[in-house]
Amino acid sequence: MTLFNFFINNPDTVFRLILEHLQLTGSAILTAIIIGVPLGIALTRNKHLANIMLAVTSVFQTIPSIAFFGLLIPFLGIGKRTAILVLFLYALLPIVKNTYTGIKEVSPFMIDAGRGMGMTNMQILRMVELPQSLSVIMAGVRIATVINIGTTTIAAYIGAGGLGELIFTGIQMYRNEMILAGALPAALLAILADQVLGYVELMLTPKGLRKKR
Amino acid sequence: MISFKNVTKRYDNFVAVDNLTLDINKGEFIVLIGPSGCGKTTTLRMINRLIEPTEGAIYIKGTDISKIDAVELRRNIGYVIQQIALFPHMTIAQNIGLVPYLKNWPEKKRKQRVEELLEFVGMPPSEFYNRYPNELSGGQQQRIGVARALAADPEIILMDEPFGAVDPITRTTLQEELLRMQDKLEKTIVFVTHDMDEALKLADKIAIMKDGKVLQYDSPDQLLVNPAHGFVEEFIGRDRLLKQPEYINVKDIMIKNPVTILPERTLTYALEKMRLEKVDSLMVVDESGRFIGLTTAKDVLENFDRAERVSEILTTNVHYVTEDANISQVLSIMAQKQVGYVPVISEDNKLTGLITRSSLVNVLGQRLTV
Repeated sequence: MTLFNFFINNPDTVFRLILEHLQLTGSAILTAIIIGVPLGIALTRNKHLANIMLAVTSVFQTIPSIAFFGLLIPFLGIGKRTAILVLFLYALLPIVKNTYTGIKEVSPFMIDAGRGMGMTNMQILRMVELPQSLSVIMAGVRIATVINIGTTTIAAYIGAGGLGELIFTGIQMYRNEMILAGALPAALLAILADQVLGYVELMLTPKGLRKKR
Repeated sequence: MISFKNVTKRYDNFVAVDNLTLDINKGEFIVLIGPSGCGKTTTLRMINRLIEPTEGAIYIKGTDISKIDAVELRRNIGYVIQQIALFPHMTIAQNIGLVPYLKNWPEKKRKQRVEELLEFVGMPPSEFYNRYPNELSGGQQQRIGVARALAADPEIILMDEPFGAVDPITRTTLQEELLRMQDKLEKTIVFVTHDMDEALKLADKIAIMKDGKVLQYDSPDQLLVNPAHGFVEEFIGRDRLLKQPEYINVKDIMIKNPVTILPERTLTYALEKMRLEKVDSLMVVDESGRFIGLTTAKDVLENFDRAERVSEILTTNVHYVTEDANISQVLSIMAQKQVGYVPVISEDNKLTGLITRSSLVNVLGQRLTV
């Protein structure tokens, strides 16, 4: 009941923090897509580079998020910029990896057929490889987004804002309703993002490749 | 049409194709055959520059293809592979219309061409135009694969074991369809296979390859009658060779109990009988065993909706031989009349046996190797 009251009394704050949260996650994911997808594609063209890059991005993934924030503060200070950089690095691996795997999994016979029919490399990418791996790439985006919504709550610690702000303030002030007012929307956002992106993933699967239900 | 001039392809120390010189004439159906690793696929793939030769040159209509832009070259050569490799995310129409699309044909012309080709391979556009490859059977997919290769009406078509992945019955049907298409289209076809029966059935000329070299390049009949000594003989199989064919009587090698059917039987019955007996044609005889004609699985399937009884669809104009004919006569009938079945008829017009291309080689083999 107190939780409900908190929402009634502070609709603006909650709403603002949700938006801020989405903004942090969104800019990190968007940047990760813009950089990660072309990077993943580039890696399929160079096996040696692929091994190195995938190893490096995996390392980012293993660093605990709070430690990662801590590591960057001396160089970049606190605030949104540092937060988005860390969130971006976290999102990079699933997106690069899924792009790489998705394209690698396209049957070599498809590519042979395409080339044999007179497609240029660009046309093979655009007309054969990407359509057939789009759903796998999208799955990467989905994983990255869901993880990122969680990690974004921690970013409040370094003054980036978002729903984490309510959680941490609530903990300090022993106010459970405040903690919940941050945690609940964050959880719901993650679930919602998962559902919506799952649907997008299905829609991006070409009709001829969808499993019969 | 296509000439290989001293073409060699080396991978490190391995010689895939060894100083190959080969001329392929316009409108010919050429089969490259040999054991795996003999260089047949490499040879094929050099024609559309999917593989570049290490030495030598390949000419198409007198032009050195290394001087032609590879992408442009490939758009003008049909290409069919064993794995079919229809694009699963594209409709049947998009698959067939792909090369015309790459060549920037206007949409209307593309659509018209796709519909024409669907009709041509016996798959009504109204039913298949907007379907996806995964909704089709293996045989249907390969028909689309062939249609796709024909789309921009190329003069040359390359086929790399196109029927290797389909079941034997479908394969026979597809082979027959391909022969019928070729009668109409007269493309220059280069076809790779490792199946000798397929080669004998389809080819105008067969090139037998081993270790990157062509050992013999001849018509199927010549190969059977005059195989080069050694490997070629062995590869064709001693059992397939017709040594001194004039001395072998039809009576001795024919199938003695060909599968027959009465003309008044239904098509369903005919189909079931073919299935049970594992044959793709039936000899039609009357009650007393007199030969009337023959019908094939393809005839039955094509007329299934239109006709009811075998008598309505049978072919009566059949070339046959008598029991005392010899193998060369049968061979020349098969070669000249382009038929795969030659019934054997007794003096009083009764059907006593049947010779098919594959029975010919099989039965002969047993006799010659003993």
